[in-house]
Amino acid sequence: MEDILTTPISQTALAHFEARLQNDEKIEPKDWMPEAYRKTVLRQMMQHAHSEVIGMQPEGNWVLRAPSLRAKKILLAKIQDEGGHGLYLYSAAETLGMDRTEMIQLLHEQKAKYSSIFNYPALTWADIGAIGWLVDGAAIVNQVSLQRTSYGPYARAMVRICKEESFHQRQGYEIMATMMKGTPEQQAMAQDAMNRWWWPSLMMFGPHDADSPHTEQSMEWKIKRESNDRLRQKFIDKTIDQAYVIGLTIPDKDLKFNEETKSYSIGPINWDEFWSVVKGNGPCNKQRMTHHIKYHEEGRWVREALEAFAKKQIEMN
Amino acid sequence: MTTDQARYQYLLRFADTSLVMAQRLAEWCSRGPILEEDLALTNISLDYFGQAEAFYNTAIPFGGKQETADDLAFRRSEREYFNFLIAEADNGDYARTMMKIYLLSVYLEKIYTALSTSSQPELNMLGVKSLKEIMYHKRHSSAWLFRLAHGTAESASRVQQALQDVWSYTDDLFSTDVCDELLSGELNYEITAMKHVWLAEVEEFMKQCGFVLPQTTYQIQGGIKQMHTEALGHVLCEMQYLQRAYPNAKW
Repeated sequence: MEDILTTPISQTALAHFEARLQNDEKIEPKDWMPEAYRKTVLRQMMQHAHSEVIGMQPEGNWVLRAPSLRAKKILLAKIQDEGGHGLYLYSAAETLGMDRTEMIQLLHEQKAKYSSIFNYPALTWADIGAIGWLVDGAAIVNQVSLQRTSYGPYARAMVRICKEESFHQRQGYEIMATMMKGTPEQQAMAQDAMNRWWWPSLMMFGPHDADSPHTEQSMEWKIKRESNDRLRQKFIDKTIDQAYVIGLTIPDKDLKFNEETKSYSIGPINWDEFWSVVKGNGPCNKQRMTHHIKYHEEGRWVREALEAFAKKQIEMN
Repeated sequence: MTTDQARYQYLLRFADTSLVMAQRLAEWCSRGPILEEDLALTNISLDYFGQAEAFYNTAIPFGGKQETADDLAFRRSEREYFNFLIAEADNGDYARTMMKIYLLSVYLEKIYTALSTSSQPELNMLGVKSLKEIMYHKRHSSAWLFRLAHGTAESASRVQQALQDVWSYTDDLFSTDVCDELLSGELNYEITAMKHVWLAEVEEFMKQCGFVLPQTTYQIQGGIKQMHTEALGHVLCEMQYLQRAYPNAKW
């Protein structure tokens, strides 16, 4: 493949790229693109893929203890979906010139990130409900918007992924609703999960627009289609009523409903906590990475065997 | 024991085996050697959960008690389970897990093939329904064992070790009890003949992998007599935690 780095930026190519963006046409892997665009999309897709895979850990923590055969089947299928999304996103990201092995290496070297939300622990069964309902719910809002992102393979991946995510959100909400109809202990467990996951879910959308320096360029390139605050507000407005329907309280004493805008305004987000978790000091940062590295290393002999076998097959033919 | 009671207990043998196998395989979640295999292993787990549920639901009317599949899965103790011991054996490394899946799949394939010709409609239905998935599990595990056997020196030695270790659980698959006798008219197989068929197929496959069958005479048995290994208690303890801790809750 021609190295994009060494390709001279021709004015025609740049004009062509910009025109495509202008017309809302997708940028495809073989199209010329500015190096910074390629890097930004790659970073975002890689981070997205890693998030899907690391997200399997907190949910996997409950797969053996899921309380009914039905719950087990649904949770396993959901985790499989997440893994599948990871695979799909890794493949889509590979179209930008980096293979999965390298992406995993960057993750292990902590040069590539994953969503900070997975650095919180899944402590009780209600957390599985909260993760499905709130975390996947927030992810959907973001991903629906990304269906219109300018990089073709990413946009198409999002279309596919969104279909499954809405099922995940329903699954999570159903767990919460069932528990809220259950015993006082179950109700307390559900509210506790709500209290712990509400604010981190809101943080998933990233800093306020004023503090998000990359947003402007990403919007210009149409990688990002809506701002952090706008997406967060969409999530807040659709989720709060869902909480009230099943009797959950929102852990925000400053929460107000604005009759004019028909929209909720929330209290201040604890950005110190957000940045602390992003920088690696969340409750599970170390655990998640240790887990991933440990099992990646334990599987090394399998991957080596696979490679040796494939090589022998080629030599034989 | 009545014929219906025999059917109930016979079906629980396979329901429990499927459930414990499913639970064991789910332990691989987020621990696979490659992402694709993480998905494949949890997919096989999912199939086994589905089969367990189908076997429980079919068994319940024969038992004549007021119970659900969840009651059977989550409210019985170590000495009430009928699963074959191979299911509860720990996963070990990837080679050992594949070996467990392979040896059990060849066995279940023979059983379900026989059941799918049974004149007893429920057994017939379960045989037909389960066979397709089991054949996929056999294909998947045998393909991996073959690759590993012909991969590196390390992978070949791990498969060899796995064969050696898991082998001690295989006689248990061919133990029988009064249920087999009472149902002989509808099971459409004879266990000694089936063991020969199973052994011939496994031996031929292991030959292709470059291994001979273990010479060990050490075998542990007792699954269908509800005499398990120490491992089962831990599997159930984890699986049944919420149901046991909150007996009045519905999830």
